[in-house]
Amino acid sequence: MEEFTIPKPPRTNYLNAEYGLKSWLLTRDHKRIALLYLGAISFFFFIGSLYAMAIRLELLTPQGDLVQSSTYNKMFTQHGIIMVFFFLIPSIPATLGNFLIPMMIGAKDLAFPRINLLSWYIYIIGGIVTIYALLAGGVDTGWTFYVPYSTTFSNSYVIATGLGIFINGFSSILTGLNFIVTIHTMRAPGMTWFRLPLFVWAHYATSLIMILGTPVIAITILLVALERLAHIGIFDPAAGGDPILFQHLFWFYSHPAVYIMVLPGMGVISELIANFSRKNIFGYKFVAFSSLAIAVFGFLVWGHHLFVASQSVYAGMIFSFLSFAVAIPSAIKVFNWTATLYKGSISYDTPMLYALGFIGLFTIGGMTGLFLAALAVDVHLSDTYFVVAHFHYIMVGGTLLAYLGGLHYWWPKISGRMYPEGWGRFSALIVFVGFNLTFLPQFLLGYLGMPRRYHTYPADLVSWQVLHVLSTAGASILGVGLLIPLFYLVWSMRYGPIAAANPWNLPGLEWQTASPPPTENFLTTPIVTHEAYEFAGPEHKSVVGKFERQQTTEI
Amino acid sequence: MQSWFPLIPESASTYSGDVDALYFYISGVTVFFTLLISFVIIFFVVKYRRRNPFEIPRPIEGSMKLETLWSVIPLLIAMSIFFWGAKIYFNQYRPPKNAIEVYVVGKQWMWKFQHATGQREINELHVPVGRKIKLIMATEDVIHDVFVPAFRIKADVVPGRYTTEWFEATKPGRYHFFCAEYCGMNHSGMGGWVVVLDPTEYENWLSGNANQMSPAAAGQQMFESLGCASCHGANAEGGRGPALLGIYGSNVVLNNAQSVKADEAYVRESILNPQAKIVNGFGPIMPSFQGQLSEEQLLQLVAYVKSLSAPKTETQTAKPPPSVKK
Repeated sequence: MEEFTIPKPPRTNYLNAEYGLKSWLLTRDHKRIALLYLGAISFFFFIGSLYAMAIRLELLTPQGDLVQSSTYNKMFTQHGIIMVFFFLIPSIPATLGNFLIPMMIGAKDLAFPRINLLSWYIYIIGGIVTIYALLAGGVDTGWTFYVPYSTTFSNSYVIATGLGIFINGFSSILTGLNFIVTIHTMRAPGMTWFRLPLFVWAHYATSLIMILGTPVIAITILLVALERLAHIGIFDPAAGGDPILFQHLFWFYSHPAVYIMVLPGMGVISELIANFSRKNIFGYKFVAFSSLAIAVFGFLVWGHHLFVASQSVYAGMIFSFLSFAVAIPSAIKVFNWTATLYKGSISYDTPMLYALGFIGLFTIGGMTGLFLAALAVDVHLSDTYFVVAHFHYIMVGGTLLAYLGGLHYWWPKISGRMYPEGWGRFSALIVFVGFNLTFLPQFLLGYLGMPRRYHTYPADLVSWQVLHVLSTAGASILGVGLLIPLFYLVWSMRYGPIAAANPWNLPGLEWQTASPPPTENFLTTPIVTHEAYEFAGPEHKSVVGKFERQQTTEI
Repeated sequence: MQSWFPLIPESASTYSGDVDALYFYISGVTVFFTLLISFVIIFFVVKYRRRNPFEIPRPIEGSMKLETLWSVIPLLIAMSIFFWGAKIYFNQYRPPKNAIEVYVVGKQWMWKFQHATGQREINELHVPVGRKIKLIMATEDVIHDVFVPAFRIKADVVPGRYTTEWFEATKPGRYHFFCAEYCGMNHSGMGGWVVVLDPTEYENWLSGNANQMSPAAAGQQMFESLGCASCHGANAEGGRGPALLGIYGSNVVLNNAQSVKADEAYVRESILNPQAKIVNGFGPIMPSFQGQLSEEQLLQLVAYVKSLSAPKTETQTAKPPPSVKK
């Protein structure tokens, strides 16, 4: 027998178009920049998680016997700073958003490719300055930098850390700017606003907040630095200033920042729910406009962080009212996602498991926000573990699950390889169980009165320790659940089955090009003639409905 | 008594039951909707699971009726929570008139309490059951917060101003209190106990710690030693400076024709920053005492000014005659 091989035409894609470190560090390809971000935020997520594990281990016992108080205070501060500013805020926009927005609207790149690369470098410089501050001695003010502790009393690296966050903010602003201009000007022919995938709508709303909110945190940090260095007196009552002014400025950014973190997650979930049930999203316009409503209302609720900070009682009532109002667009999204499942064709692939987990956890996270928006209950709950549990349900149960779901969903497009489905489902389950075991007990702890940022707690309260032990056990399970994808995703980059161009058989534009895509995304500019999530009927079986999974599941 | 594994902290104030009732209401709403959504999702996910890889379900556009329904119902529920929470908060926000006042000063990392009758305590506060207690709080350094879970009350203590909170304990006992605003290294150690006593035990405790000067008396001493008397008069009857007798709680007319209520914050500001609000008919001649007085001393001066307006019946038990120490 004669052996003969069928020569495959070599195909260039964005990964093999160029080689070498320089080709990555000087790239202007949004897809490569997305991967640069992916590497960087994974690094910061890992560091932030180590702090989380140390915090959970410390709280196993009431006595504070693992580390000193000053060390503990630095650990929770640095956990918060790294997770918020260097993981959650850039997580979905800078990786998935960067990779997918041009592909979803049929563009070759973002509007400003050089600015896109610049924003990655700014992020890295901000990160290096922050890491320097951590290594030099760390910071112990809490991620909230409340004055006058941060301006006068803390002996830690407040200014260096602030500088890192200040620099990093510009990365966020530039990314937001880039997205807005891209979405406005670079949509392919036929890609009207109401044909945009909801992922794009969510990023549009997010970008608005990035541009409008981030300058305020930059100013606030600058004022803290000036107060600390030159004692300008803006926050010092002895010089005519007001420490509460800081809290207003800080939360004017930092509450909308919560929506910077969760809106892109909602965008991912809209994609997953629609595509894995092969249904157009129920109430598309309601889901799209609810993102904008959240972005707008999100700027009007910052005062609910100040209910016990001697804010006027009438201001408290207005902020409480508006906080309840902002709950409604989130509720609308949850109901529409649920309704999308009705009479769908629902698959149980890993991304869908994450999406379903997201809806459950986001519902709990959102509903527990009602406790904190209610004035009288918030008085008891503010600065307790209830708050900690609430925002982790939104940030971890929401954003992180959406991020992982999205990463699995688009992994074949990003890497050109399939992840192992069995391991994927298994780890999604582990993450869900571990997450709930970690944070459900903290709701109870909070109502029982356990304050947050406590290194020690009273030993006579047995139930507190029991709940802390449960929480730490959950965190260990969650940690394992997060390590498994780290291993198999890295593994699959080399050994995973080759992914087809459209492994899920979906109509989205990003699936209409090769996996991994060529550098220019589309060889010819696509012309869009259908709505988002318009699944082809049986007459188009050649396009939609013929699954190539056999090829992908065999190694 | 509480079970060994309580789900809510001990309920020991007139206010805590109100907060718990609302908490249970929101918990009910949360559990109901979480279970409803989870049930519907699980039901759909099982019923409409993909049965063959080629199926394309019929698209459904949406429904205005449903969108309205699931916007309006959550809004109504949210508003019910808003009004309930605001009502309890508003009732609690107004401090009662006939409360026993306790001065509280927080500093890294301890709490000092001083009773109107002179008793001083550190990290422990003794109060009688069934009486309204009002805490008037100041801080020497950073923001702190007095949080008593059993009473469901919490309020920040903010530099540069007085904040207050009040409670009426319903059960004798020892209750944890915590600093709930992060304040630096020993934040988690900055707490203690509120000890609620029967009226007779409280009287015993008061008389067992009686030989301390009341804040008002200490304030009067300072009034003399700081030279305030030279302008405000030896008996605070006024002179080159305005009279302080009877001024507390009244409306003061300023030189810009505005008027201001003379409360604790006003007295404090007039000592630290006298130029901020000048009483009509007087010159801006008073020096600032910024940086010369601790928060505790300031509170004592405020207590003295208050005692000049207090009705006689209340001051009889509240303070020994101010001239005792002379």
